[in-house]
Amino acid sequence: MLQAINICKSFDGKQVLKDISSTFDAGKTNLIIGQSGAGKTVFLKSLTGLITPDAGDILYGGMSYNAMSEDEKNNLRHEIGMVFQGGALFDSMDVEENVMFPLMMFSSMSRSEMRDRVDWALRRVNLPDVQRKTPAELSGGMKKRVAIARGIIMNPKYLFCDEPNSGLDPKTSIVIDQLISEITHEYGMTTIINTHDMNSVMEIGEKIIFLKGGRKAWEGTSAEILEAQNTDIVDFVYSSPILKALKESKLRK
Amino acid sequence: MLPKFIVKFFTKAGRYFILLRRAFTRPQSWRVFGRLYMREIDDLGFNSMGIVTFLSFFVGAVVALQMALNLDGSAIIPKYYTAYATRETVVLEFSPTIIAIILCGKIGSFVASSIGTMRVTEQIEALDVMGVNSANYLLLPKIAAMLSFMPILIMTSIVTAIFGGWVAAITSGTCTSAEFIYGLRMPFDTFYVTYAMIKSEVFAFVLVTIPAYFGYYINGGALDVGKASTNAVVCSSTIIIILNYVLTQTLLG
Ligand SMILES: Nc1ncnc2c1ncn2[C@@H]1O[C@H](COP(=O)(O)OP(=O)(O)OP(=O)(O)O)[C@@H](O)[C@H]1O
Ligand SMILES: [Mg+2]
Repeated sequence: MLQAINICKSFDGKQVLKDISSTFDAGKTNLIIGQSGAGKTVFLKSLTGLITPDAGDILYGGMSYNAMSEDEKNNLRHEIGMVFQGGALFDSMDVEENVMFPLMMFSSMSRSEMRDRVDWALRRVNLPDVQRKTPAELSGGMKKRVAIARGIIMNPKYLFCDEPNSGLDPKTSIVIDQLISEITHEYGMTTIINTHDMNSVMEIGEKIIFLKGGRKAWEGTSAEILEAQNTDIVDFVYSSPILKALKESKLRK
Repeated sequence: MLPKFIVKFFTKAGRYFILLRRAFTRPQSWRVFGRLYMREIDDLGFNSMGIVTFLSFFVGAVVALQMALNLDGSAIIPKYYTAYATRETVVLEFSPTIIAIILCGKIGSFVASSIGTMRVTEQIEALDVMGVNSANYLLLPKIAAMLSFMPILIMTSIVTAIFGGWVAAITSGTCTSAEFIYGLRMPFDTFYVTYAMIKSEVFAFVLVTIPAYFGYYINGGALDVGKASTNAVVCSSTIIIILNYVLTQTLLG
């Protein structure tokens, strides 16, 4: 479980995160939605410790980040997996080395044990037989999967994904969403995903936070989102013509 | 109030030293460090061998021709002084300084753009989020490789430059091979070699760490990578020229 408590962050005097608090449960896919520029990436990076908030605290399994020693913070890092918006695969390494990298750095596994673990992770994301390819030789969807494989290789407690399906076609998007959701349930991870894709919201969103202009404007479940009365969220959700049509047909019934 | 450019200068210098302090820590994984070190020896060291030998040969030849020209017409100074003067110029100034400046263009732009690309594609954040000390991971193998390989580059340069001088001297008929070799073997202050080595190590450090700094702190996209690598080359060669003056003054003055 992960709790954000009154997170604030400004860049050059411009407040990007305004007092955001929320709780993210383990074994659930938690979604952060909002328009481009709403502060999703900054919020997600604050939760991972990549960005230090100006105020507020984050509790990882009840442990306060602010109160942690450097050693505890380092140990915590090994429990975090992150999938970046562009994949952030290491160009200088092939797929196997990319996925193996955290093990190389932090485990005392032998080469063959690491290989086995990498094979497991790549099979888990449905990408067998790409070990020797370089990131440049992969399609966007494959890159995302390799990034997910690297994210889960250390068996993390917390998995963060920044727009895992941006730039992918709708079908691949759903496959990636399903994959993350399955992994989350299977290993009981606390997963937090940034997205502006309403498909993902309806498909895998168990808990949803809606950010607007750096503020938490709404939170709830995917069942609640369609019924929400909050004008901001209604605006956001029904900016999609398909959902608008869906709502109208529902109302007619 | 201090003028703005002074504040800016000290802010930058401060960030440079903070980066260095983070870089000079114990590698988190020696097996990864070893592999990176070998790769950098190859990328930064062996890959520069060609240009260093090529340029040294021709500059050595030109230096010898110039010396011959200057000594011409003087009845008192014997011909073999051409060799002596070439040797002194090459060891003291040409090899350590000029080669370092040439390497700024080659190695500096490579280091700045490769680290910069990692920054803009979030690869550095991917390292940080895993708990890898990215400054140590990216800089230390490069610094270690450059410091250990620079003496080899400079010795190679000295030898080929003198060889170039010999070729030029005998083909232009300035002196005979025997005279040239006699000139080369004139009394020699061994401190000059120490001096050349001290200079090259200092310059080697500058020409990796300054571009690394420029790449590491890039803010933006691909265009900024290009700008940063240009600035890195300008800045590191300027620093080398200034340090050359300071070192010459303190060590020989
Ligand atoms: N390092 C930074 N320095 C200054 N401003 C920043 C920085 N990072 C983000 N911002 C600003 O914070 C705001 C929120 O950015 P953020 O990247 O979190 O948006 P987002 O919701 O992730 O958008 P998108 O959906 O396009 O990824 C933007 O106005 C951006 O300009
Ligand atoms: Mg974003």
